[in-house]
Amino acid sequence: MIAELGHFALILAFAVALFQMVVPMVGASKGWSGWIDSARPAALAQFGLVGISFAALTMAFVTSDFSVALVYQNSHTAKPMIYKISGVWGNHEGSMLLWVLIVALFGAMAAVFDANLPPKLRARVLAVQASIGAAFLAFILFTSNPFLRMASPPFDGRDLNPLLQDPGLAFHPPFLYLGYVGLSMAFSFAVAALIEGRVDAAWARWVRPWTLAAWVFLTIGIALGSWWAYYELGWGGFWFWDPVENASFMPWLIAAALLHSAIVVEKREVLKSWTILLAIMAFGFSLIGTFIVRSGVITSVHSFASDPQRGLFILAILAFFVGGALLLYTVRAASMQARGAFAPVSREGALVLNNILLAVSALVVFVGTVWPLVAEMLWDRRLSVGAPFFEQAFTPFMVALAIILPVGAILPWKRGRLKRALYPLRGALVFAGAVMALVFAVSTGHSALAVIGAGLGAWLVAGAAVDLWLRTGNSGLARLRRLPRADWGKAVAHAGLGVTFIGISLLMAWQVEDIRVARIGETFTVAGYDITLESVEERPGPNYNSIIAAMTVDRDGRQVALLHPEKRVYPVQSMPTTEAAIQNGLFRDLYLVIGDQQQGGGWAVRVYIKPFASWIWLGSALMALGGFISLSDRRYRVAAGARHARVAPQPAE
Amino acid sequence: MRALILCLSLLLALPALAVQPDEVLSDPALEARAREISKTLRCPICQGETIDESNAAISRDLRLYLRERLVAGDSDAQAVQAIADRFGEYVLFEPPARGANWLLYLAGPVMALLALLVGWRFIRSRNLAEEGPEKLSDEEKARLEQILRD
Repeated sequence: MIAELGHFALILAFAVALFQMVVPMVGASKGWSGWIDSARPAALAQFGLVGISFAALTMAFVTSDFSVALVYQNSHTAKPMIYKISGVWGNHEGSMLLWVLIVALFGAMAAVFDANLPPKLRARVLAVQASIGAAFLAFILFTSNPFLRMASPPFDGRDLNPLLQDPGLAFHPPFLYLGYVGLSMAFSFAVAALIEGRVDAAWARWVRPWTLAAWVFLTIGIALGSWWAYYELGWGGFWFWDPVENASFMPWLIAAALLHSAIVVEKREVLKSWTILLAIMAFGFSLIGTFIVRSGVITSVHSFASDPQRGLFILAILAFFVGGALLLYTVRAASMQARGAFAPVSREGALVLNNILLAVSALVVFVGTVWPLVAEMLWDRRLSVGAPFFEQAFTPFMVALAIILPVGAILPWKRGRLKRALYPLRGALVFAGAVMALVFAVSTGHSALAVIGAGLGAWLVAGAAVDLWLRTGNSGLARLRRLPRADWGKAVAHAGLGVTFIGISLLMAWQVEDIRVARIGETFTVAGYDITLESVEERPGPNYNSIIAAMTVDRDGRQVALLHPEKRVYPVQSMPTTEAAIQNGLFRDLYLVIGDQQQGGGWAVRVYIKPFASWIWLGSALMALGGFISLSDRRYRVAAGARHARVAPQPAE
Repeated sequence: MRALILCLSLLLALPALAVQPDEVLSDPALEARAREISKTLRCPICQGETIDESNAAISRDLRLYLRERLVAGDSDAQAVQAIADRFGEYVLFEPPARGANWLLYLAGPVMALLALLVGWRFIRSRNLAEEGPEKLSDEEKARLEQILRD
């Protein structure tokens, strides 16, 4: 009964979305205020109905209602409650329902919060947003109904893929989807602006918080996924350049570019049509990401749902929205006249360079990701493009970005002088140089990666500090607390990027790995740590059996850690997982893995010393935090009437 | 019951974890090279894993074969070529830069150059300030003179 209610609510939501797609749009062009005003209640109703549907599916999972096929396929009575709930989106149908729920959520939020938006613009934004919702609701209803019943309900379910039964992965998809779908708001604003034929500073100010929120959620989602890979897959890799990872990384890069170009529109009223194009591209890449994951067209670790018919449907959605938006763009973009003038050496100039580097690096990732597909279709060559290619092709862009970032961040608008900008950065430059010298001295090998990466990271962090310091304008620390939150957010996020740079480069350059057979009670030494395999025993878990080891780690005769690496077998899916034991530290992680029992006695044991590993996620957290701080800035809350406050064209000094 | 569970879990035949201790070469320099190379080779049957991290039996075969070649005195490039000859281009995570793959390698630099060019031209077109105050056109001059005369 509850499942049918969920299904019915979904159909109603589809009908509401169709209404919301057409009526406010027509109303806005005819100027019929009743039709314009219908957008708000429709958006709320659509969210409410999808919410009911999602709650119904969650209910079926929580109560283990195996008469629903989806629950049977992805759940089990013995599964812990948290994974029963996360199991709702740990499968194709449920994850699409979550996707649509978030589309509707953003629509409802736009209806509630953007009260200052001119009614016509709001009606158009909500109509475009509803069209996205309608497309995906149709996709669910026609190809991926989560509420299908089974004729004879089985006694128990088939359990969720054990790799997905993990706290990190339980919350990875919702954040990623909040990010993907958050970009749909930027898209809706862009299309609405194209239809209105008007883009100004106020428009940029409305779009930016949505983009920023989406980018923050994407950052969190990507970081959670990479953290999960780090501790779950058993060798501490954190990024694999897998097609599915790339699918989330491309919108992240484009969203980062969009954030920065929207600042230029807001402050200087230039780069308008480029910003619109970026908004279309950002959501386009989100749809491409959905297509890659959901169609399984590019085989990868992640594609747990693959069905060509579904792929085709999503491809049609992608073609319609991106194609339609681009068509509208070619017709209307010319009418977006830029106002301000600026010199190459200026904040705008630096942001243009930022956009070029971010957009081109996203395109490089895109080309690398689809290349195997292209090669197979055109030349019948079965080939692979993996980490070695991406590391070569992508890294130079990030290096260039890191070099210019601190300079660009403090350049004045309109026209700056390079010398004058570099002068306050001399301290940061010396600091980065000192870090490079230190890293060079400590490195035993000849690791250019460690030296350059750590140097750039230090340059970014110190540059962010200088940026904050300059904002105080010599009036010292007291002023620091009264700076606008956007300034803080900017500095924190930029410093976070630097911290991640340091983490990635030092981890990749300095990691120590040891693989051996260890007998119980035996002590061996890895990079100055004395490691003892104390014991190995079996232990049953709620829905798995586990082999668990106890290992002590000593340094200079003092115990540093007692760790319990584990190996689990999930009988229902007959799948083993490794649960590495990790001691996180600020400067190094100890990472222990227990392998198989060896025929001659003893156990296969792997030990990794991972320097600065936590800095990767610490930096990501700082980037996300910076985004949140910026979001809380007063400016976004008092954007009322901003449309009237036009920036008058000013002569450059 | 516990014995039964143990038997069952043994029956399930756990795949061995990635690089096994018995595969490791005694010469650390050679082993280090083998590890570096195996991080660029794809497991032919897995979904996007390298043979270095994969648990599949065929990955183990590839790892052992790679080490055989290295012990036999192959250079890195020769060993990779030997594996590509046997298992196909598909196992190379770093696609060889020949044939159409040049496009893949050139895409990044070419797009960057184009974007820089377009960006530069855009900034030039907006850079009115650099030329100082705008010169009056002939028409404007004529009009100005007329105004001054009146």
